[in-house]
Amino acid sequence: MSTAAVTDKRASSLRGASLPTWTPWAIAAGSIALGIGISAAAGLHSSIQWALIAGLLFVLGTYGIAARVEGRRQARDRVATSFVWVAFVVAVVPLVSLIWVTVARGVKVLDLYFLTHSMGVVADTEPGGGIYHAIIGSLEQVGLATVIGAPIGVLTAIYLVEYGRGRLAKAVTFFVDVMTGIPSIVAGLFILSLMLIFKMEPFGFAGSLALAILMMPVVVRSTEEMLKLVPNELREASLALGVPKWRTILKVVLPTSIGGITTGVMLAVARIAGETAPVLLLVFGNPFINNNPFEGAQASLPLYIYQQFANSAGSGAAYDRAWAASLTLIAFVMILNLVARGIARWKAPKTGR
Amino acid sequence: MDISTTTDAPPPTPSRPTTAEGKRTARGATRPGDRIFLGLSRGSGILLLVIMAAIAVFLTYRAALAIGKDHGSFLTTFEWNTNVLPPTFGIAVLAFGTIVSSVIAMAIAVPVAVAIALFITHYAPRRMSGPVAYVIDLLAAVPSIVYGLWGALVLVPHMNGLYGWLNDFFGWTGVFSWQEGAPRSMLTVGILLSIMILPIITNVSREVFRQVPQMHEEAALALGATRWEVIRMSVLPFGRSGVISASMLGLGRALGETMAVATVLSPSFDIQASLLDPGGGTFAQNIASKFSEANEFGRDALIASGLVLFVITLVVNGAARVIIARRSEYSGANA
Repeated sequence: MSTAAVTDKRASSLRGASLPTWTPWAIAAGSIALGIGISAAAGLHSSIQWALIAGLLFVLGTYGIAARVEGRRQARDRVATSFVWVAFVVAVVPLVSLIWVTVARGVKVLDLYFLTHSMGVVADTEPGGGIYHAIIGSLEQVGLATVIGAPIGVLTAIYLVEYGRGRLAKAVTFFVDVMTGIPSIVAGLFILSLMLIFKMEPFGFAGSLALAILMMPVVVRSTEEMLKLVPNELREASLALGVPKWRTILKVVLPTSIGGITTGVMLAVARIAGETAPVLLLVFGNPFINNNPFEGAQASLPLYIYQQFANSAGSGAAYDRAWAASLTLIAFVMILNLVARGIARWKAPKTGR
Repeated sequence: MDISTTTDAPPPTPSRPTTAEGKRTARGATRPGDRIFLGLSRGSGILLLVIMAAIAVFLTYRAALAIGKDHGSFLTTFEWNTNVLPPTFGIAVLAFGTIVSSVIAMAIAVPVAVAIALFITHYAPRRMSGPVAYVIDLLAAVPSIVYGLWGALVLVPHMNGLYGWLNDFFGWTGVFSWQEGAPRSMLTVGILLSIMILPIITNVSREVFRQVPQMHEEAALALGATRWEVIRMSVLPFGRSGVISASMLGLGRALGETMAVATVLSPSFDIQASLLDPGGGTFAQNIASKFSEANEFGRDALIASGLVLFVITLVVNGAARVIIARRSEYSGANA
């Protein structure tokens, strides 16, 4: 009898009491139920309040129970764990809400008519109309920006990885990093200042220039990473055969890393496709179809969303169009992202071994 | 060494064509293709530097035109009337609003982002951490105008309950007092910005936490530390500078965000103590909303405010990069 008690005690003093593994789930379920109960009883309507109460109860409850059973150190550990989980949920909620709302409200007016008509004869407050002009504008502006930005970005990365030594390369590296952080509206203002000097009216290509500026540093960074992954043995083998350096780069280094470079360029395209601010300043927006990016104001998808929102005067029709355009834009950006990742996985540089 | 020093010499060396030295020079010398290619790639690098310089120069030039005619004081005037004579404008309100909204965004985003980074590297079941990282990347891919639309039409109506609470419990501080207006205020802007800068802080912190030497963690575990103690004693101290620079990158994003602020905030040109009442403005938001009605002089004035924003983001981003660069040298020595 007494010996059994002693062994029991010793075992517990070595291991310490611990809560069963299902405890966190139980506390989570309990605090959510309690949070909903309290909120319903107090007549709160906002789901943010419900979630805050539940989250708070979860963290406090975890600490209280664990501190009673397992001691303070374990309790702190559990609180940290529960905080990390709560933070994760907090980050996922907005994303889910955003995608849910965009899809749910976007599909209302999104159809073939919407994709193939412009806003030319439709007032912003009335139903009807579409985004054809905005899609044309977006494709042309982003396309031109890519034609300018991508080669410059890739060449700069080649310079940094293959040739770059000394002060110039260091300066370029640093300013590429800093350039990544330039607010898009500042890039827009830069082109705007040039347009003011040359007395130009807004046109699509001006927006492309600003977008190209935003695109270059992103392309440089990703291309640099990819070129660094190419094993040096490949370069050395090629050089040892007497191949000039530029042919080595074009025929050996670039083909090896082309998948990663494509991915980087596509991600950069996805990023600039969603830029609104520079387009607002430089391209101005236009309800009519304008196929010429070098003359006259154009529309673009992000700008269309903003203008539908801003000019809606509270009209549901304009909001519906804004959501539908958002859905189109998100779909475009996500597809680019997925394809880019697919290419990255499919064409990952074979680093040997 | 010898070859690399002589590569700059022209390929045909008529002075000593027959010596072995001369032959080697010829073979190691730059061919026309090499020279063109080097020129192109170096030219692109230089072009990037030129663009940065041009941005600074042209913004300063146009800004100087506007500030010269400013009837108020550019730094302290609480007004933005550029279409009247004499024009009066100043950036005091914008600077205040930009800083306040970014500080709120940082206060929310940094702890949550660090927690998520820890979740991905240390807490999540291995099967989950990949998809979670992917979801965070998706957050980064959503265009800012869509965040703006969502913020204005979904987040704003949902803030009423929270605002009521803050007013009831903390209204006495003045910072959280609320006059029941639409919650298109600095706090909502800050919350929206925090969602938008979450991915970049998470991604950079995650990379740093991954680099923590396994030995440090195992040593702490061997001493009987709990998981939280391991993180506090080995992971966080190691990752501190990385988290700081990640936060500064996020700060740079928050300072320059335009569309999300322009759609959510209902702006006014005054500074108020309450974060919950609508009003105030930020540099980027002011440019976007004042642009369409601005004449040429007004645009120059907006460019002047953009120049201030450019300088601020330049300093913040530059500092972040310097910290990261120092960090990578340090960890490289440790690897």
